[in-house]
Amino acid sequence: MATVELRFSAQPEHVRTARLVAAAVARRAGVDEAVLDEVRLAVGEACSRAVGLHRGHGITAPVRVVLTDEDKTFSIEVGDEVPGPGADGRTASGPRDAAEEDADGEDDMGLAVISGLVDDLEVSSTDVGGVIRMSWPVTPVSVLP
Amino acid sequence: MDLSLSTRNVSGPVGDRTVVEVGGEIDVYTAPKLREQLVELVNDGSYHLVVDMEGVDFLDSTGLGVLVGGLKRVRAHEGSLRLVCNQERILKIFRITGLTKVFPIHNTVEEAVAATD
Repeated sequence: MATVELRFSAQPEHVRTARLVAAAVARRAGVDEAVLDEVRLAVGEACSRAVGLHRGHGITAPVRVVLTDEDKTFSIEVGDEVPGPGADGRTASGPRDAAEEDADGEDDMGLAVISGLVDDLEVSSTDVGGVIRMSWPVTPVSVLP
Repeated sequence: MDLSLSTRNVSGPVGDRTVVEVGGEIDVYTAPKLREQLVELVNDGSYHLVVDMEGVDFLDSTGLGVLVGGLKRVRAHEGSLRLVCNQERILKIFRITGLTKVFPIHNTVEEAVAATD
């Protein structure tokens, strides 16, 4: 089992970096080429959501992405540090300002895209933060001598 | 790759259309630029927009949100927002979010410009 972990400041410009790293690690892990676009999109959605949550709640901690290459699956966990609904009485989508009025429902749309793309998906939320866990099957690759 | 935007006016059989040619990646970082462009066009009186997405390499839900916002704005002026897209990877995102029912999606700019409401 091999793991690549990435932490980045909750800034939109770093989401692209996370997508590129995730796609590179997924390709190396043996995720089918045809599925890499989905991996790229799903991890981008999860990271965009986490960045939005951190910024909306004024959290300075970085967003965490863990890419794990297991025997038969490749998994990605994207973690935020925003307590889940119920912990502080606010919804997970956080406060909004007028500038975001066009983006109504964007967090929900991000999750809708992820759930449409990823069959093996878990979204969990605790009082220390939320985690989106996604995994894809890996095509076994022959090991070079 | 960053986002590239260019606009041009086209006279079609059913009136003038503003074609917004988008290239590169539309994501959480670049989508605000597209939003500004669409808002500016509507504020300047362009209510019939054709967004050409043939040069788009990546689109996420933030980009979808901006397009929906653009549609909302032009509809407030009885306008239209049509998309041009042939790329399966991009079309898939519209399908899984059900937005193929919201946006008219065309194969070519010419077809979108000639389309009637």
